[in-house]
Amino acid sequence: MVPQELKYTKEHEWVRIEGGEAVFGITDHAQSELGDVTFVEFPDTGSEIKQFGSLATVESVKAASDIYAPLSGRILKVNEALRDKPEIINQSPYEEGWICRISVADAMEERNLMDASAYETYLKESG
Amino acid sequence: MNYIPHSEQDRQEMLKVIGIRSGNVDELFKGIPAELRALSFDLPSGKSEFEVERYLKSLAEKNATDLVTFVGGGFYDHYIPAAVDAVVSRSEFYTAYTPYQAEASQGTLQAIYEYQSCICRLTGMEVSNASLYDGGTALYEAAMMAIHITGRNKIIMDGGVNPIYRRMMYCYTTNLSIEFVETPVTHGQSDRNEIDKYLDDKTAAVILQNPNFFGAIDDHSDIAEKCHKLGALVIESVYPLSLGVLKTPQEMGADIATGEGQSLGIPLSFGGPYLGFMAARKEFIRRMPGRIVGATTDRAGRRSFILTLQTREQHIRREKATSNICSNEALCALRALVYMCLIGKEGIKEIAALCMNKAEYAKQKLEAIKGVEVKRSSPTFNEFIIKLPGDPNGLIGKLIEKGIAAGFPLGRYYEDMTDYMLIAVTEKRTRQEIAMFAEALEDALWS
Repeated sequence: MVPQELKYTKEHEWVRIEGGEAVFGITDHAQSELGDVTFVEFPDTGSEIKQFGSLATVESVKAASDIYAPLSGRILKVNEALRDKPEIINQSPYEEGWICRISVADAMEERNLMDASAYETYLKESG
Repeated sequence: MNYIPHSEQDRQEMLKVIGIRSGNVDELFKGIPAELRALSFDLPSGKSEFEVERYLKSLAEKNATDLVTFVGGGFYDHYIPAAVDAVVSRSEFYTAYTPYQAEASQGTLQAIYEYQSCICRLTGMEVSNASLYDGGTALYEAAMMAIHITGRNKIIMDGGVNPIYRRMMYCYTTNLSIEFVETPVTHGQSDRNEIDKYLDDKTAAVILQNPNFFGAIDDHSDIAEKCHKLGALVIESVYPLSLGVLKTPQEMGADIATGEGQSLGIPLSFGGPYLGFMAARKEFIRRMPGRIVGATTDRAGRRSFILTLQTREQHIRREKATSNICSNEALCALRALVYMCLIGKEGIKEIAALCMNKAEYAKQKLEAIKGVEVKRSSPTFNEFIIKLPGDPNGLIGKLIEKGIAAGFPLGRYYEDMTDYMLIAVTEKRTRQEIAMFAEALEDALWS
């Protein structure tokens, strides 16, 4: 079951749109595929990002995986708690384990994202 | 039995498939300029084992292996205790392939871990990798590391950096868009004014060497301070044994320290294999190239060793890896480790002091010769420049006949220094040898 109120990307990022801002992280499926997360490499706050462009890296014991921006915009904040405790991503991927908060440049880009049921279908099809 | 698996028919078929209509294999090599191609492949007929041994021995006898050498230029004739060879030639170390795999033995991993610890102690830096090929590749890797850390692409390189390393740097980076600036050496020291001119907030790193290629000692602390204000890193290439008496890279504020580890128990052996070392501030550990061995505990709580932080490496991180280095110079690193352990902290201080004192003695002896001038604009470690009345190449030949390798002719790398020679003196050179060198040089010049 994936949270109904979120939007999803094919690269397994989730995004919560809150007015002109958005928060995103990686899905439960992504964290379980990665295994124990050991390090998150963040982008600089203030930097501009493009939808589906690579902006962060999550390292686990077995892989280093790029994180892609679900929407275009500017980095407002990164989840500092992950610097010391990256394992929060495994424990709470949708809540405590968020990665970045951004200002949204173009709300229309939401059309390029999947809703919860589409993402579930996507998971089943690619599973 | 025929050991060549392809028949003439196979060859013709393959040539046809790839479109060589003439059926002539030589067409495949057309792209190689004619002067670089082999003139012929006329191999002599086979020889017996005894004949081969005798032939190779006659070739080996042509090497002058017992020269009293004053040649340095980044590679030095230091004494190697017999125990280094004894430990390193143990089959557990000697026969195993490079510890490439995660399942490398605990003994090998521990040796690398101890090596890293020694390099950190020597340089004062916080983290060391498992080693790189040689001093030049280590410096290149450090430059790339600085570019990745800062997100900038301008590198300022001091003219006192070994010219071999500088050439390697340009060769490795030919196809990358890196802006290089070279600043001159003025009166033996890094030219602060020139560095200031180019140092800005687009500079990834300033690359320095201490002692520099001309043997001169500098304190780069002031340059490091300026770099850090602008967010640029300082890469310091050092001669490891000199750290017995000189300020460490850490004490000068370096962010990354590299160097050639040959002086730590590795024979000169015609140019390699040698050892590149690299150490850095802890905050940059995830940007370091190559392997890193860490200490941990196993399930039973016993101390054990493991390849760590592998997500930096290319088998996991693919094209985003810190480097394409996926191995290390294990046997040479082991030599360096055994050497450092045998010599110890006090021993390294003593060797460094001996090198320095003997070089000062050699300066006195050489400058007493008519026509020889010792450059004294900067303090030096174990290497210094002399100016001769003319090109030294003739002299070098004459001294070789007397069993002395005189020094390094600087004209080979510096057009305006054809009359200069770089003289290196290690702890191995005796008072008699230095006197003999001075005498032979005087004879060669004036009789």
